[in-house]
Amino acid sequence: MEVNTAKLLAAALALLPLFGVGLGLGKIFSAFIEAVGRNPGAKKDVFQIGLIGAAMTESIAIFALVVSLILIFVVK
Amino acid sequence: MATNPLHQFEIIPLVPFKVAGLNLAFTNSALLMILTVLISAALMIIPMRRAAIIPGRWQNIPELFYEFIQGLVRDVIGPSGMRYLPLVFTLFMIVLLGNLLGMLPYSFTITSHIIVTAALGVGVFLIVTVMGFVNHGWHFLSLFAPSGLPKFIYLILIPIEIISFLSRPITLAVRLCANMTAGHTVLKVFALFSVQMGIIMGLGPMIMNSMIVALELLVAVLQAYIFTILTCVYLKDSVELHH
Repeated sequence: MEVNTAKLLAAALALLPLFGVGLGLGKIFSAFIEAVGRNPGAKKDVFQIGLIGAAMTESIAIFALVVSLILIFVVK
Repeated sequence: MATNPLHQFEIIPLVPFKVAGLNLAFTNSALLMILTVLISAALMIIPMRRAAIIPGRWQNIPELFYEFIQGLVRDVIGPSGMRYLPLVFTLFMIVLLGNLLGMLPYSFTITSHIIVTAALGVGVFLIVTVMGFVNHGWHFLSLFAPSGLPKFIYLILIPIEIISFLSRPITLAVRLCANMTAGHTVLKVFALFSVQMGIIMGLGPMIMNSMIVALELLVAVLQAYIFTILTCVYLKDSVELHH
């Protein structure tokens, strides 16, 4: 395999964590909807906590993206 | 016509200006940044010039933003964090207006460039670190080692905590930048579809595009909110250490 091909393949493989991140984000928001359904009064507080959780989960995707970009642009 | 969906992120010098080989041109990015600052300042200053106890229609705008951010800071950092309110409020307004002005046709999204968001993120990180050491001294380092755990867990926990602390500016910057870049690229890709498919068939992508515009407006506001709330969460560490 050529080096460039292997590099691009590795960059694509580095984005595999997005699978788990997608599952996790879906779980956070399904829990959010459930909580609001049970107790609509708590919507504001739960929304804030949920967004912090979503941002923390997203940062895994960002790490994957950074690794992928490093593989494409930095690795010689 | 520019058929490249990434053409919108190009920095174009509007007024070329060079000093000793250093390119100091006035670019579209600089123009949009100045517009962001001017509009956010005007939005705050002009309606508040004749401030009344019972707010009028115009006075409601700054009060809405201010009370929103004030409530956020009070909820997340606590009453002792009110001294950070100007910082958090400024960050929110800059990111929000930078995102929203980028939604105008033919304009430029300043937050889609990683250097802009990285400057904001590194600024927040430096403020959190410096204020943490100012408020707590060397005791601030106990942030990396939560108490009440078995001894051997610290061997794993401390490196993880340090890495997650150091990666905060990266996640702050890349999250905002990646969201803006991806959304705007999708918008332009769909616009390109409707141009290529002609007048009648092109209506499909155009309807889709108008829905994506609505989604992008939501993302623009939501990302500004997330940036602000994460800034508050990080500032909370420097205000009070949890033991």
